[in-house]
Amino acid sequence: MSNTFLGMPALPVFGHGNLNATEPFPQAARRELANTQLRANLGHATHTIRDKRLKVVAELPDWEQMRDSGSAIKDATMANLPGMLEAFEANFTQRGGIIHWARDAQEANEIVTALIRETGETEVVKVKSMATQEIGLNEYLEEQGIAAYETDLAELIVQLDHDKPSHILVPAIHKNRSQVREIFLREMPGVDPLLTDEPARLAEAARKHLRKKFLTAKVAISGANFGLADTGTLTVVESEGNGRMCLTLPETLITVMGIEKLLPSWSDLEVFMQLLPRSSTGERMNPYTSLWTGVTPGDGPQNVHLVMLDNGRTAALADKMGRTALNCIRCSACMNVCPVYERTGGHAYGSTYPGPIGAILSPLMTGIKSEENNSLPYASSLCGACFDACPVKINIPEILVHLRGEDIDSQRAKIKVPTQMDLLMKGAEWAFSSGTKLNLLERGLPLGKLAAGRDKVIKKLPGIAGGWTKTRDIPAPPSQSFRQWWDKEHTPGTAVVPGMTPGNSAENSEGEQA
Amino acid sequence: MSAREDIMGRIKSALRDAPETPVVPREYRRSSNMSAEQRLEQLVDRLEDYKANVFVTPAAKAPAKLAELLAGSSSIVVPHGLPKEWLAELTDDAGSLAVHVDSPERRLTVAELDAVDAVVTAAATAVSETGTIMLDGSEDQGRRIISLVPDRHICLLRAGDIVEVLPEAIARLEATRPQTWISGPSATSDIELERVEGVHGPRILDVIILT
Ligand code: SF4
Repeated sequence: MSNTFLGMPALPVFGHGNLNATEPFPQAARRELANTQLRANLGHATHTIRDKRLKVVAELPDWEQMRDSGSAIKDATMANLPGMLEAFEANFTQRGGIIHWARDAQEANEIVTALIRETGETEVVKVKSMATQEIGLNEYLEEQGIAAYETDLAELIVQLDHDKPSHILVPAIHKNRSQVREIFLREMPGVDPLLTDEPARLAEAARKHLRKKFLTAKVAISGANFGLADTGTLTVVESEGNGRMCLTLPETLITVMGIEKLLPSWSDLEVFMQLLPRSSTGERMNPYTSLWTGVTPGDGPQNVHLVMLDNGRTAALADKMGRTALNCIRCSACMNVCPVYERTGGHAYGSTYPGPIGAILSPLMTGIKSEENNSLPYASSLCGACFDACPVKINIPEILVHLRGEDIDSQRAKIKVPTQMDLLMKGAEWAFSSGTKLNLLERGLPLGKLAAGRDKVIKKLPGIAGGWTKTRDIPAPPSQSFRQWWDKEHTPGTAVVPGMTPGNSAENSEGEQA
Repeated sequence: MSAREDIMGRIKSALRDAPETPVVPREYRRSSNMSAEQRLEQLVDRLEDYKANVFVTPAAKAPAKLAELLAGSSSIVVPHGLPKEWLAELTDDAGSLAVHVDSPERRLTVAELDAVDAVVTAAATAVSETGTIMLDGSEDQGRRIISLVPDRHICLLRAGDIVEVLPEAIARLEATRPQTWISGPSATSDIELERVEGVHGPRILDVIILT
């Protein structure tokens, strides 16, 4: 056992790969918002799934108790992660599985490539996996001359269209049925030219297209939803049977899993396999769940590998306030309820992990100083819908606020002189410190009205406040404040009609604290 | 330093504030308070919701039911441990139905499995609340591949093996056995989140529940 960490805390080592946005969120969001088809598709899909989720969650009398258990089980896992990993490793290895460790995306890609090379194959089938998306495995394999075929229907749509996933559960959520039909007609060799846009027909086309690949594939690549420390068991949750195909038919199976995916014990699965399907697809249970522990002689792949991936997870773990983001089971409930996601879609977030969870997880894994990701914590109205929906009760709004603080601190450290925001905050501190000071400022209100002009809107504010008016107009301020009106109304003997420009209000509010 | 040591070191460094291990509350339901009839009824309802075909039959009538379902089929595969009596009424039909037995001595190839009309297996247990049937690779259920490649899966489940909630099934199953949990025929919701049945796994799931 290495003890090099003792005494000298190591600096967090951040992750790479498809975790970084290629452009800041506001810029990407502006473009995506202009795509009305995208917004219509997303609005339809997210509303459908919200309703389904609410219905199946309401069926269970013990849903909240289950969330409490889920949250505590994950906290317990993280608090004891080294021991959990060691136990998992011992159990998985004892049953014939081989474990590899990858510090980052590059290392994981190299390991997987080497394992494929050993088999002599140049084609692999893949079952949908966030981890391999995160490390950019497909692109890496392509550079190495290895073709990776996505087999999940939505991933297949995205891959055929040379597009990027926009949702962690339904990567092609931004496409509607007629768009899918067009993609199939354009990109699927030998497809029936009479293909209709009925989802059942489209699914059948995918079945035909992939059938031969499945039956002849020698190597498969998967992710894992859960790893059970006390037994060394891995789990894949899916719907179509493409997962079962990949996990059962090939001779070699290579799984890539983040180190945070563990659960302490087999019986913990009873909590998570209730939380996950209801939160993600809004079903009582997903059609298929596969479980395997190392190698089973005579049944399934006999050459079984697992790549344990860090890639910034330990950096997220090092953040005391943010580490619960690692509890995420990738159900996607938070993005399905998010008003920002619903309008911008997943592409605007840039990273593999979009939506509310992505807005915290990506910067935690890459570091908030990463230029492209430091706008992500602002991609939220802090309405709290994600927290309520999260099956493992990750307090996403709280972590967003924490990361905004980190971002501001890191900006300030760069700039040294007080920023406009600092000055504004100082000003606010002064203004709100007493009623008199506030009254004094409020007397300036009629000026605002003047500035707004005849159409009663202010289109451009000076300084950093201009950031606010860059994307919206603000209505002209009223000619008097509520406090001024109240004083007039409640001074015996004077009756003021609201809206009329008052004279000086009596300074009788001294001592009143904001 | 190896990647493993490196990562372990990073984790320990990340946890140097020694976060507390919470006591895990287990207030959720861990056992059933339904009668056997209620569980049966619930399971039928849930499986039909997933578009599986469900038949409730007295155990003695199982062979007849199976023969009825397989009328018109030309070949099936069964695991070597499937109770022989279930197949009793299949073979006396002038031998027109070929029954391939998959066993450790004679494992069917992928191509052979792809050519049969159906697979017939037993099941380890089932959860009525979620409509889930669990296979654990026992001798009456066979290798995972045999219940995957054929386009039709006929599964015989003993009513006594139905539990209500998932924790009861977890208690009955052994983690390290290769398992497949099945809730309806293969399906996808990937296009506009509309569930359609029949993608890569068996497109038809028949469940015969033996009372
Ligand atoms: S943060 Fe919670 S709601 Fe969002 S994907 Fe993860 S587990 Fe699901």
